[in-house]
Amino acid sequence: MTDFLRLDFAALLAAMLAGGTCGLLGSFLVLRRESLLGDALSHAVLPGIVVGFALTGLRSAWPMLLGALGAALLATLAITWVRRAARMEAGAATGLVFTGFFALGLVLLEVTGARNADLDIDCVLFGQLETLVWLEAAGLASLLDPAALAGLPRQLGLLAGVALAACLFVAAFWRPLKLLCFDPDFARSLGLRVGRWEILLNLMIAAAAVAAFEAVGSILVIALLVCPAAALRLMTDRYNVQVWGGAALGAGLGAAGVLLAGPLPAALGLDFALSAAGLIGTLAGLTVAVALQRRRRFQAL
Amino acid sequence: MSAPPVEIQGLTVRYGERAALTGVSWTAAPGLTAILGPNGAGKSTLLKAALGLIPTAEGQVRFFGLPLEQARPRLAYLPQRASVDWDFPASALDVVAMARLPRTRWFGRLPRAEREAARDALGAVGMADFADRQIGRLSGGQQQRVFLARALAQEADLFLMDEPLAAVDVVTEQTILAVLHGLVRAGKSVLMVHHDLSLVQAHFDQVLILAGRVVAAGTVEEAFTEPAIARAFGGLPGRAPTEAAA
Repeated sequence: MTDFLRLDFAALLAAMLAGGTCGLLGSFLVLRRESLLGDALSHAVLPGIVVGFALTGLRSAWPMLLGALGAALLATLAITWVRRAARMEAGAATGLVFTGFFALGLVLLEVTGARNADLDIDCVLFGQLETLVWLEAAGLASLLDPAALAGLPRQLGLLAGVALAACLFVAAFWRPLKLLCFDPDFARSLGLRVGRWEILLNLMIAAAAVAAFEAVGSILVIALLVCPAAALRLMTDRYNVQVWGGAALGAGLGAAGVLLAGPLPAALGLDFALSAAGLIGTLAGLTVAVALQRRRRFQAL
Repeated sequence: MSAPPVEIQGLTVRYGERAALTGVSWTAAPGLTAILGPNGAGKSTLLKAALGLIPTAEGQVRFFGLPLEQARPRLAYLPQRASVDWDFPASALDVVAMARLPRTRWFGRLPRAEREAARDALGAVGMADFADRQIGRLSGGQQQRVFLARALAQEADLFLMDEPLAAVDVVTEQTILAVLHGLVRAGKSVLMVHHDLSLVQAHFDQVLILAGRVVAAGTVEEAFTEPAIARAFGGLPGRAPTEAAA
């Protein structure tokens, strides 16, 4: 038990929080048919992260989160502006802006020297779930011991904060968000400031992407934003099941990935361990495939 | 005499280089008005521009003598059915309840009284039995009636409707026409983008005939004339007749 708490608990918690938050907010991307935006926002935050890091010299969470939110805000405004000014289709404008922002982020990485500090390509792709350990844990009692809890990896604080904010955001603004996803023109005719709501939603998604990025890596953030929501989209006709189910499925995928990464290869007689993040991604993709299969069979009846 | 439901002055709307509407000035009389014209004549554009859903290049619109922001609580909008994704995970009642958003706080659950008002609106279009059905499992006509119920649930004085009678079954057409006449009897006004000229004489009080600009406007007797229809539908210079409605 102590081994589990020391070695797996922090990773499990991080994967569940990241999966749950991304799964929750992902439904709004999928329902608005803007899945690409998750990819875009998780890339477009890079210049903000670099600037946050360069200004403070700290690899701590808050300056990077603030920088990322600033970049996400600018990217959202830029996408809207490009769409209007160039009369461009949404997907094209999104692609244009996010590659531009990501490129700017790469340049800033070189210029500021942040690249030398700490940017490992493996970490960017797969995150660092395996490095999240809780060495202060000495048994179940540690779960209630403030001194031991203080030794939990700092990423967990950010992840928990963003997860809580996302849940509150979705629960509090349940009805305007639903209307915004279903019929933005009608929302506008009621006097809803649709543009501002879109910005708010995008900022939440960017915050989730940044918090989850450190734990599970950039590719997996995109998978977790899209796969649980897409799978639920195929499985349910009910809005609350879609939204909260997406969160539950995301958290479940995160947990399954961490818990199975060790035992699964062993059970198959293989003598290596799997990357938890990689397994989460694989499971996420499989879930969509299974949902699609079920849907096909259901419709054939 | 109170202010007219809609007063439009010099409204011009451009999509890039192309002008969809040029210098439209028109005052609606109370009652049931059909907005007629060929595809691409700017009928839907007129509704959207009036409601501030798309930017206008020039012009002013007033409702009941008030600017849009002040008049909003007295307006209801019924968009084209094809403008939304009917696979969306929502029930008919969910969709109608969306109309009650401005009457409530934006956070938290919908109060029971608001939910009942939405249910009543569904009843008014003969859809009470379908309240909990997912909207994708309704027929096209039933979906159109859900949209009408949502507009009714806004409890407005002026209804702006974009082709509610397009491609619907007979029951739905009769239900919608009965609801519209009921609204007019109750002193409400309706502006309806419409394409079926055969219904105009029997059901509408006024017409506005558009072809990028105002071709004719007034009561059905004075404005719904052969020459006006010929001018509007007889071909628009430089524009293909098959072009989709903007």
